[in-house]
Amino acid sequence: MDIARFDRKSEYEWHIRPFGNMRVPCVIFASESLLREMDAKVYEQVTNVAMLPGIVAASYAMPDAHWGYGFPIGGVAAFDAEAGGVVSAGGVGFDISCGVRTLHTGLRIEDVERVKVRLADALYHAIPAGMGSTGAIRLNATEMDAMLKGGARWAVEHGFGSEADLARIEEGGCMKGADPVQVSDQAKKRQRDEMGTLGSGNHYLEIQQVTDVYAPEIAAAFGVQQGDIVVSIHCGSRGLGHQIGTEFLKQMVIAAPGYGIGLPDRELACAPIESKLGKEYLGAMRAAINCALANRQILTHLTREVFAQVLPQARLPLLYDVSHNTCKVEEHQVDGRMKKLHVHRKGATRAFGPGHPDLPVALRDVGQPVLIGGSMGTASYILAGTEQGMQQAFGSACHGAGRAMSRHQALRNWNGRKVIDDLEGHGILIRSPSMRGVAEEAPGAYKDVSAVVDAADQAGLARKVARVRPLICIKG
Amino acid sequence: MTINAHWEHFPHQADVGVRGIGATLEQAFEQAALALTAVITDLAIVAPAETIRLSCAAPDVELLLVDWLNVLIYEMATRNMLFSRFAVHLEGNLLTAQAWGEAIEMARHHPAVEIKGATYTELKVAQQPDRSWVAQCVVDV
Repeated sequence: MDIARFDRKSEYEWHIRPFGNMRVPCVIFASESLLREMDAKVYEQVTNVAMLPGIVAASYAMPDAHWGYGFPIGGVAAFDAEAGGVVSAGGVGFDISCGVRTLHTGLRIEDVERVKVRLADALYHAIPAGMGSTGAIRLNATEMDAMLKGGARWAVEHGFGSEADLARIEEGGCMKGADPVQVSDQAKKRQRDEMGTLGSGNHYLEIQQVTDVYAPEIAAAFGVQQGDIVVSIHCGSRGLGHQIGTEFLKQMVIAAPGYGIGLPDRELACAPIESKLGKEYLGAMRAAINCALANRQILTHLTREVFAQVLPQARLPLLYDVSHNTCKVEEHQVDGRMKKLHVHRKGATRAFGPGHPDLPVALRDVGQPVLIGGSMGTASYILAGTEQGMQQAFGSACHGAGRAMSRHQALRNWNGRKVIDDLEGHGILIRSPSMRGVAEEAPGAYKDVSAVVDAADQAGLARKVARVRPLICIKG
Repeated sequence: MTINAHWEHFPHQADVGVRGIGATLEQAFEQAALALTAVITDLAIVAPAETIRLSCAAPDVELLLVDWLNVLIYEMATRNMLFSRFAVHLEGNLLTAQAWGEAIEMARHHPAVEIKGATYTELKVAQQPDRSWVAQCVVDV
């Protein structure tokens, strides 16, 4: 991207002044080199978002921003319902509440090394991964609605995990305002076989080791120490969320002119928050958030069952669970006043700073854990939300490495079997149903997650706490 | 000049674009559907053993393409099937179709990725100067 198109506000903050139909400026957080590498489509998309009705303060892009659908992936935008603000199905995306959770294990590297192959095989056997895989849980219509209203809380009530897990999930594990009635029968049918499944693409379950601790006092509050073994799970709301995204995107595209909304890009399909369609979407989208939270909770339970067999001394309490693709009602300071806003994060992580009332007491002094997934063979990071981030971007941070090249290109560059053999040479075991899937997700197809995390840290969006490296990766 | 119906993929940074080209709009839609399956697996190993009937409608032909692909994504997900042959019939903005395929077998089809939805990104349905029809969009995987 041509950096001459930006006003540089600081080392890591770049602005685009409003032009044309833009209602607010754009703010991109990135190092100069990350910005130069960003696709020019990010510029187009982040400025398109700035044209939407009721947008507050600015249209933001995180350091991992890349070409998405309507919104850039890594896009954040908040809307004021009282000012005619909108909710956008495109701004949330298809994989509603896709996110990451990290579990402690209490284990050290030598414990895992002894049983590594057995552990990898047992996890691969227990965790349904890839297209066409099915879960063991079938919900009837009543149970489906209860799950969509209850989220991870529903899962815990049905024996998947414990009450203690819930405090470590955004919204206490249960998104309020979910309305299962707004979820179509098709969406529910698409979920029928998919409870407790990982999905495919960039979704994974990893066994990881903490290699570096950068902020010892925060790491201590998170219960993270150098050398610790942790488990991270990356997945979303599965077929139900995809179907809700699909259906409401179409409805909003068709309805937009009736609301007097001129869409700069059809993928930005939206409706006023206060409209019937807007409210219906919010009810359905929140149900999909609960579906994602329940799904990650069930996968957590399956993981714990595997550890109980292979490494029975392990205990796997939840460190935290974050969601990436959401629209949430939050209070933020705007022009010196607290305001209720609908904050869209598309491929961006909520990153509440210290003292935020939504954080559990044990984490409140240090800020929210922000879990950043890297690519298969590289590293992931644990960060913490900051007060500065609350002021700069409505408490938001990056969400991952972001692709550096298309799947098409990756397939030309790598062979799945060879990627697996190479990673095994580096001590990383991959288990996946598809060699082609592995090639498309090759580590080299992603940007350097460290550069993204450093930019988020330097920009003040979130503070770097620890780095982890993968030991085992179950890939969909 | 004869137009050879064919499909191709085009790059998108995070995902993949599907493009169908044909002598008629129907052919372009059929080819785009083949491109969709090819995102998941090799078309040659999907046997056209069973057939299902589908229909969808949308206010314009571009939205109809997205709907068509989304109907297929839905059928693949809920029937656990892959499709390798399509016959599309268009009447205004109403599409009826048949799709031939078989149940997914993980060990044989090795599905590379599951498709979440067809998007309005890079969406185009148009007749080109050489009279061929092109139907394309990016799909989220």
